[in-house]
Amino acid sequence: MAFFEGSKMTAGYGSGPDIISSCSINVDRGEIVAILGPNGAGKSTAMKAMLGLLKLKSGSVLMDGKDISKLSPQDRVKQGISFVPQNKNVFPDLTVRENLEVGAFLRDDDVNKVIEEIYDLFPILKEKNLQIVGELSGGQRQQVALGRALMIKPSVLMLDEPTAGVSPIVMDELFQHIIKVKETNVAIIMVEQNAKQALSISDRGYVLVTGQNKFEGLGKELLQDPEVRRSFLGA
Amino acid sequence: MDFLNAIILLLNYTIIPALTYGSQLALGAIFVTLIYGVLRFANFATGDMMSFGTMVAVLLTFYFQSLGVNLGVLPTALLTIPFAIIMMILYMLTIDKFVFSYYRIKKSPPVQLAMVSVGVMFVTQAIIRIIIGPFDRRFLDGEKFILKANEFKEMSGLNEGLTIKSTQAITIVVTIIVVSIMFWFLNKTKTGTSMRAYSNNEDLALLSGIDPKKVVMLTWVIAGVLATVGGVLYGLDKSYKPFVYFNNMLPIFAAAIVGGIGNPFGAFLGGYVVAFGEIFITYAYKKFFTYILPESLEPESLMQLLSTDYKFAVSFSILVIVLLFRPSGIFKGMKL
Repeated sequence: MAFFEGSKMTAGYGSGPDIISSCSINVDRGEIVAILGPNGAGKSTAMKAMLGLLKLKSGSVLMDGKDISKLSPQDRVKQGISFVPQNKNVFPDLTVRENLEVGAFLRDDDVNKVIEEIYDLFPILKEKNLQIVGELSGGQRQQVALGRALMIKPSVLMLDEPTAGVSPIVMDELFQHIIKVKETNVAIIMVEQNAKQALSISDRGYVLVTGQNKFEGLGKELLQDPEVRRSFLGA
Repeated sequence: MDFLNAIILLLNYTIIPALTYGSQLALGAIFVTLIYGVLRFANFATGDMMSFGTMVAVLLTFYFQSLGVNLGVLPTALLTIPFAIIMMILYMLTIDKFVFSYYRIKKSPPVQLAMVSVGVMFVTQAIIRIIIGPFDRRFLDGEKFILKANEFKEMSGLNEGLTIKSTQAITIVVTIIVVSIMFWFLNKTKTGTSMRAYSNNEDLALLSGIDPKKVVMLTWVIAGVLATVGGVLYGLDKSYKPFVYFNNMLPIFAAAIVGGIGNPFGAFLGGYVVAFGEIFITYAYKKFFTYILPESLEPESLMQLLSTDYKFAVSFSILVIVLLFRPSGIFKGMKL
């Protein structure tokens, strides 16, 4: 039984067709799981379903053995599930520090300690703490987004394409940060386009095709699987 | 000496009135910009909501006067403001619950909400007409002047008098207090930051656990304070004519847009830009030039660019010019 688990999820947007059908994804604490697949495979949809941003037609989402399928996204956040969307994942008009403070909105204790921890994890944020986030570079902005999501000290962190639109150097740096987050005993699920790099830092991976699990396995295994390589890794 | 006279003349007829009028516009403009930033629609009921709040203050002033309650040299209306604010907020929250919330939950486009606010405007006008009628009312009592023209002339020995009406001083002082508290709240408190976050990126705010209902309610509470205070200050200064507030919406919207709609600090400065624009352009400078120019160059005409009847044309022109050249406002990126 994994710590956070979406089992046999079927869901779509509104009354439209099902985007994912009977799709299962699970993750344990201290583990990075990558969701891969071609465009339109339902990767982000699977993640949004696990967060509760769209309603499940069937299947369930379990956290620590409890069924949380009926909870709203806000209530799931309160349970310790944090989400970093692909776009618009920061408050551009607020300063770095304010972004972090809003991330800690649900915390009643002293946020300064948590903010210091985030600064230790992302030193650049400490340097820029009074700057407006809209003025930061793409990579720095992604770090703000990660930092904001970490402010509630989540047990599950979901990342929707964290490296979309950043340069290869920044991508490596971001992946290093994600590994550091994993080492704090957080369960991480991420959707990624850069499949090869994502698998190389992931413990396990899922390959979705047309909303269903096609392959799954350890990151290294998937990287070496000839069929996965041929169809998704372009080698 | 002539130079000093010229300065006093300008101070008396343009700068002090513009600061007063600007403060009144600024409060309305922050109201517009706040509703636009958080609830995402242009509230055409702004003027009449201000009128509603003022109406409550006027009625309470008459009631307090009948009880013999007053503030001595200060206008009784100041005492009624807190009660008027409460009534205003209740009215706004009722309207929000029965009208705006339906469209908000349906995620209607902003244009539809703006049209809905036009409906709210008509209803509010009707309510005001039923309760207090359309007539002009003075509700200023207490000391009318802080400095009279004659006293100033005696004191300074100048030809020009400087008048400072108590309403002018009250307007400026009260505006500074209200606006400072509001900016402190928006920028320095956790709740204020959550409001700005909600206005900046609604989805992410929800994912951070911010309660949208609380943000909406707080927005109306702040809007109620701004509308009532702005309305009462304007009414004290000029007398309460219920439907003048509708006309004031043009300079108020102009101020909000000049400041960059959605930016409260911009709206605050925008109020003064529009007020100074209106007054500087419609003031007759003949006397001013008589003081500073040699006799041979004295102007024959009034030296007035536009008649005061056209003051709204000035705010409209400012609005159009800003929309053409700096559509995101002239104070873009400026913050407190």
